[in-house]
Amino acid sequence: MMEGFIFGLLAILTLVGALAAAVLRNLVHCALSLSVTFVGLALMYLSLGAQFVGLSQILVYIGAVAILVVFAILLTRGAGALTPHRLIAAAGWRLGWIASVAVGFVLIFALVRSPLPASGDQAAKVTVLQIGQALMGPYVLPLEVVAILLTVALIGAVIVAMPEDQKEMR
Amino acid sequence: MNSATLDQFFVLLQHHLSALFPTVLQPWVSMILGVVGIVAVFPAIFALTTVLERKGLGRMQNRLGPNRVGPFGILQPIADAIKSLTKEDIVPRSADDVVHFLAPVVLVVAIFLGYAVLPVGRNMVLLNIDAGILLFFAVGASTELSIFMAGWSSRNKYSLLGAMRAVAQMISYEVPLLLAAVVAVMMAGSLAPTAIVQAQGGFTGIFPHWYVFTPWGFAGFALFVVAALAETNRSPFDLPEGESELVAGYFTEYSGFKFALFFLGEYLGMMSIAGYGITLFLGGWGAPFSFLTFIPSWAWFFAKLFLAIFFFIWLRGTLPRLRQDQLMNFAWKFMLPLSLLNLCVAAAWRFLGECLGSGTVAEVMRWLVCAAVLVLAYILLARTLLRRQNIRPRSYRYAD
Repeated sequence: MMEGFIFGLLAILTLVGALAAAVLRNLVHCALSLSVTFVGLALMYLSLGAQFVGLSQILVYIGAVAILVVFAILLTRGAGALTPHRLIAAAGWRLGWIASVAVGFVLIFALVRSPLPASGDQAAKVTVLQIGQALMGPYVLPLEVVAILLTVALIGAVIVAMPEDQKEMR
Repeated sequence: MNSATLDQFFVLLQHHLSALFPTVLQPWVSMILGVVGIVAVFPAIFALTTVLERKGLGRMQNRLGPNRVGPFGILQPIADAIKSLTKEDIVPRSADDVVHFLAPVVLVVAIFLGYAVLPVGRNMVLLNIDAGILLFFAVGASTELSIFMAGWSSRNKYSLLGAMRAVAQMISYEVPLLLAAVVAVMMAGSLAPTAIVQAQGGFTGIFPHWYVFTPWGFAGFALFVVAALAETNRSPFDLPEGESELVAGYFTEYSGFKFALFFLGEYLGMMSIAGYGITLFLGGWGAPFSFLTFIPSWAWFFAKLFLAIFFFIWLRGTLPRLRQDQLMNFAWKFMLPLSLLNLCVAAAWRFLGECLGSGTVAEVMRWLVCAAVLVLAYILLARTLLRRQNIRPRSYRYAD
């Protein structure tokens, strides 16, 4: 009963945040509502006992992605301005609808087809220690590949931001 | 009352108080008692800290500090609290009032969450979870968003500039902060703060096994302290609220109790980060000498906390503020390479211990090798960066 109640609360929080991110007219408000959704998702993971995923979700999405989004909004010209009142402003909106419906169908299909344990007790309890050992053991190669990819992205960003004339750096 | 009872005094108190309630309610009551303890004790320390800071700074600046309310001005925080509760709460007309209201609330809530996993004594931790350190860094990262909310919603250029500075600084210093904390996690083999404190529990002779007494631990501790100062916007890294440049930075447009909440958030953040520094490197609630273990564990924790607070006040009274470019260069060119090297040294320490065996000579060898690597890297890096700095008399465009 208690778990169902908490799940309901978190679901409402997540969905309201997502909806607000879609329909609010001020872009910064949209970004802040999106971070409410991130928090809702993180709390959902935590309520399922997945500490590592839930806390990483907060660290990465609130600490980095949300900040990145608001910085990106502030760097554009329409930072404080309200978006127009029409529902969909962009050209090619039909394509957008088709793409989103297709993605939704794929997700629902995958959810329905995936084998889930009958009750919550059968799910494996994974500790942070096990995740760490798995990442450093069998999955060390994918981890290193991702690390190299991120390092390349970082160096690329530095090169883009670097002034052309080296003397300017002083 | 013997020392073991005194050590567990608060734990037993919580136990007895929750035993007064029916069995169904007991876990809830004991949880609520723990929360009440945290929400009561740390703001009380905050109140004490404000007056200590003003007195201490006054002493360093050859003046008396507050001395009108109560004996030696010790009741000043009560007067301040009444003042901030009764002051008018001004919201600028063009401000975004919902976000303006939410920003201080989100900040204080996020910072209080960080205390949930902080062990303040033996068996004295609200939530003993595996990923405790991760929780602290996660909620620490979410304070950045509330600072941005405060700066943006005020519709004031000083607020926005202050918030931008604060966010840029906090993101930059979060990297060395995390990397400095990782060495302690690596050595303890756990992300749980209680396990990290346990790992530093033993004594050799009369000296404890604190991580700060190893080369990588000392370097990690120094990096952690510098990054913690920057993360909490304390002097000499207080550019986001530099009053000579930005009025008061991101909380320029806040008054009354909302301003008090920002003030509270800043000091609570400072104390929680100091608490984690103590947990990671200074043995948490452990006694500094083996013959002093009869003093309760929580007393040691709070004694270390007050020492850390004194250190922060001392620095504020001593160091001038940095410039924005110096701040960023320091984080990315000096602290980041050193903290990465420190990770490698910590790994080397671990494997040298396995290779060299456990004799005294081997221990001393390992200590010297690791310390030499770190000191050499420190000197070389500092010299290279200083040479590139091109230090000469500066001229300012509008001030000549």
